[in-house]
Amino acid sequence: MTIVAPGSVVFRNVRKQFGVFTAIPDLSLTIEPGTLVTLLGPSGCGKTTTLRMLAGLEHPTSGRILIGGKDVTMLPANERDVSMVFQSYALFPHMNALDNVAYGLESSGIKRNEARQRAEEGLALVGLPGMGQRLPAELSGGQQQRVAVARALVLEPQVLLLDEPLSNLDARLRRRVRTEIRELQQRLGFTAVYVTHDQDEALAVSDRIIVMKDGNIAQEGAPRELYETPASAFIADFMGEANVVACDVIHVDGHEATVRVEQLTHRVRGRGMRPGPAKLAVRPNAIALEAATGGSFSGEITHTAYLGDHVEYEVKTAAGTLFVVDTAVERALAPQTNVAIAFKERGIAVISG
Amino acid sequence: MKTHNRRLDIVLALGLAAFTIFPWYRIDGGFFGFGWLSGFPVEPAVAPGFLQIAAFGKWWLVLPALAVLAALSVRFIGDAARRGSLLAWAGAAGIVIMALQGLAIGLSGWNWTISEAMLGTLADGQPPMGAGAVLAALVFVFIFAFGLAERGVMKGDAFAVASISLLVFLVAVFVFYPVGSMLVGAFQDFDGSFNPEGFSRNIVDPSIWSLDCVIGGRRCGIAWRTFWLAVMTAGGSTILGLAFALLATRTAFPYKRSLRLLTVLPIITPPFVVGLALTLLFGRSGVITEAMSTLIGVEPGRWLYGLTGIWIAQVLSFTPISFLVLIGVVEGVSPSMEEASQTLRANRWRTFWRISLPLMKPGLANAFLIGFIESMADFGNPLVLGGSHGVLSTEIFFAVVGSQNDPSRAAVLAIILLCFTLTAFLAQRFWLSGKSYATVTGKGDSGAHAALPRTVSIAVHVLVIPWALFTLVVYGMILVGGFVKTWGLDNSLTLAHYAKAFSVELRDGGIAWTGVAWNSFWTTMEIALISAPLTAAVGLLTAYLIVRQKFAGRELFEFALMMSFAIPGTVIGISYIMAFNLPPLEMTGSALILVACFVFRNMPVGVRGGVAAMSQLDRSLDEASLTLRADSFRTIRKVILPLLRPAITAALVYSFVRAITSISAVIFLVSAEYNMATAYIVGLVENGEYGVAIAYSSMLIVVMIAVIAGFQLIVGERRLRRENRIQAVAGVPVPLPQEKTA
Repeated sequence: MTIVAPGSVVFRNVRKQFGVFTAIPDLSLTIEPGTLVTLLGPSGCGKTTTLRMLAGLEHPTSGRILIGGKDVTMLPANERDVSMVFQSYALFPHMNALDNVAYGLESSGIKRNEARQRAEEGLALVGLPGMGQRLPAELSGGQQQRVAVARALVLEPQVLLLDEPLSNLDARLRRRVRTEIRELQQRLGFTAVYVTHDQDEALAVSDRIIVMKDGNIAQEGAPRELYETPASAFIADFMGEANVVACDVIHVDGHEATVRVEQLTHRVRGRGMRPGPAKLAVRPNAIALEAATGGSFSGEITHTAYLGDHVEYEVKTAAGTLFVVDTAVERALAPQTNVAIAFKERGIAVISG
Repeated sequence: MKTHNRRLDIVLALGLAAFTIFPWYRIDGGFFGFGWLSGFPVEPAVAPGFLQIAAFGKWWLVLPALAVLAALSVRFIGDAARRGSLLAWAGAAGIVIMALQGLAIGLSGWNWTISEAMLGTLADGQPPMGAGAVLAALVFVFIFAFGLAERGVMKGDAFAVASISLLVFLVAVFVFYPVGSMLVGAFQDFDGSFNPEGFSRNIVDPSIWSLDCVIGGRRCGIAWRTFWLAVMTAGGSTILGLAFALLATRTAFPYKRSLRLLTVLPIITPPFVVGLALTLLFGRSGVITEAMSTLIGVEPGRWLYGLTGIWIAQVLSFTPISFLVLIGVVEGVSPSMEEASQTLRANRWRTFWRISLPLMKPGLANAFLIGFIESMADFGNPLVLGGSHGVLSTEIFFAVVGSQNDPSRAAVLAIILLCFTLTAFLAQRFWLSGKSYATVTGKGDSGAHAALPRTVSIAVHVLVIPWALFTLVVYGMILVGGFVKTWGLDNSLTLAHYAKAFSVELRDGGIAWTGVAWNSFWTTMEIALISAPLTAAVGLLTAYLIVRQKFAGRELFEFALMMSFAIPGTVIGISYIMAFNLPPLEMTGSALILVACFVFRNMPVGVRGGVAAMSQLDRSLDEASLTLRADSFRTIRKVILPLLRPAITAALVYSFVRAITSISAVIFLVSAEYNMATAYIVGLVENGEYGVAIAYSSMLIVVMIAVIAGFQLIVGERRLRRENRIQAVAGVPVPLPQEKTA
């Protein structure tokens, strides 16, 4: 295996309709060569459709798709320089692992011997040397997943597509495999487009995340940017939970602003804020509960759940019910306790809507 | 673009070849005789297309030639979308031109008065299409398909577009064109001129429509009698089928497994055999008739020859089919429904009548409609037992082969028959669709089926056991009958019938097939062996397109294919001789017409089996193959076919066996050179040579059992273990679908 040729991806005003249903109204995006970009969103947001259009398994109703600067809009899947890891892996059950990996090479017209040799190298690359003779049914879930990755990688595609590649693995394995995929991508330097609905996974592996909603891009940016400065209540809630409360921006000073929620004032960082009424996204762990004092922003605990390393509270306040996560398990508060609410420095952002 | 060019170049080269190196018109001695090579290319009968234009005055062939040249000239356009559009137009124009010129210009000039009036008379007509013309037509189909693919139709998948175009083209030529010709034929005279007199005379004919029997007169019209017979047969076989199914699944009956063997019978039995066996039992000189006459002095009668006899034969023939359909229905009723009913304080009786039976109702209706269509389409039994009281399918036959020789009447009868079966088919398709309560998930439904209420259980036993024994006796007769000298007169055992049919002599160091049956036997084997793989291939390809490809009109495509299944064989037979007896396509008397008939009649079964099997293969398998640089042809070859082996076996076996057993369409299409076993046997029956006929029939049954067993051994099992996704397909052998025997 040598370095995989890096490729860029461009969608220009792509629209996709299935009958009368519009899956993607108008999508434009650019993916830099050599990066791992995640398409993230709830089910039905169009992320898989986008990936399948990139693979050539669906064709856009209108618009252009470019891979490595070449227009591939009308090209069928087998003539595109991309390959894909499927959610179900789609390993051919009647072929052993080696034949599965060699399949794409042989389809591209490479001689059988050379194809098998390169397939062996591919299996070694994903840590399965010498397992080529096994049928998919004789491999564990994690091993099947790696064969699927090897099968896609040996073709040295410009872009590797991964469609929820971890969803069939158990939670422990998922963490390990996602690290492996990320390492492989950085070592070989190929472009990867990764579809998932799990924001932890997206945060862990991506160079950039594109969050989609109803076929549109809701927000796009580096993982940290999305988490810390969500542009909307949807993003804030989707990228880890968030309480959305009404606030007043009372003073803006460059990238900092002073906001007021009920009796509480707080300084937040962010871009493009303007004085006036706005919304504030508050992470559950950015709220500190203290003993209630007169005149403070306070509320009543309605529900407490003890979860070992943290305690979850629901607190009824004048600004609505807040969801609070507190790591101070030793002093779990009982329901019906009155508490004063304070904001911590991080984990709070002004959002547009 | 490179692959696009290569495939287009090949097709264009073939297009040029069609006009230059193949004889354009049909060769009398047969193309594959190669007798035409001696006169090629200068003799008018064998000249290629361009010489026909240049030297022999067939100026109209300039038009298809121009279409090929048009496709050739756009070959070098760089813009894929524009080139695609132009190619598609050229291809479409070519197809339309080929069809129009073929239909418009017959042997002696214009066929249509309108073209004659507009363009003047032609000095000379044209013979039927030959190799060159057929190749040209196919080339146009491919040019059209490649053009569409380049425009991005079906994601640019040329293989898929070409397959669909080709299938639509073939189905149009071999199903819809003949049926259309038959409809037109109803309004034509012998010489092909328009004459509605025959139609109007026949459509109101009292011998077809009379309802005299209802008001106390003599006999009802043939349409009504066929209808009553079909209703009675469907009712009888549905009730018996349900009884068999209940016995096999809901009781402790000790011989359940052998009961299931019954379902194989209709597949391997030539359709008239049951009627033949009944004759041996109940005919005027039948065993039982004789016994009754000597024991209790009952006068031997001819009661068997008529609707009663046909009805018994049909119920015997179709009960196993209904049984097969209803096993699925009875097992499909979720046990948890019945258990729920029992926990709600319902006893067995109430559970059966209020829960189980209502849940089976759509399935029962389906079995009824299948029985109805089967009975309508049945040709063999009425032919053997009908005597002078025929049904529609036999009347059609006698209208063309008998002394009447009235094609218009045959066409009218065929139209009436077609209306009945299509109505039943449409009812089955639209009225019943979505009404099934059967649980098909295969998971989450554990639990046992409730036992039958005692009275129902007794009734089921009382119905099934005598009928099963009767069936055994009937089939026993078939095996024994061939060894008896002359039924009724001389019941001594003999091998003479087998010797007459299958004798072999060693002469001059070679084997001489001296038996009378060998000729038709080998022809049957040959035709069946040719048509079985073609049928399976066409059927599975269609299934692939229906399940895996999305295209405009897909549902219509599927519907049209399935509808061709509801066309009775007699109707197909009569329409084939009406369509393929004259230019533009003349195939009667050849092996080709038999092969075409089998392929397009039996294909829907392959389609259905393929659809069922393919729906269980995860779609991402093909998508994975596509993203791994394989085109859809390679995907089918390397991924789908290996995983579909059971479906392939089923399709192969079924189409092979159907080609051997079918009679209704075949009897119109056989010729002296290509005689089929079934047609030959019917001939024997008509001559009263029952012994040889029975011997030949049992030989066919033995051959078919051997073939089915052989196929199972050869195709074998797939090597797949512990794979959940496939288990459903691997574990359940695809049953031989069998909905029509005609």
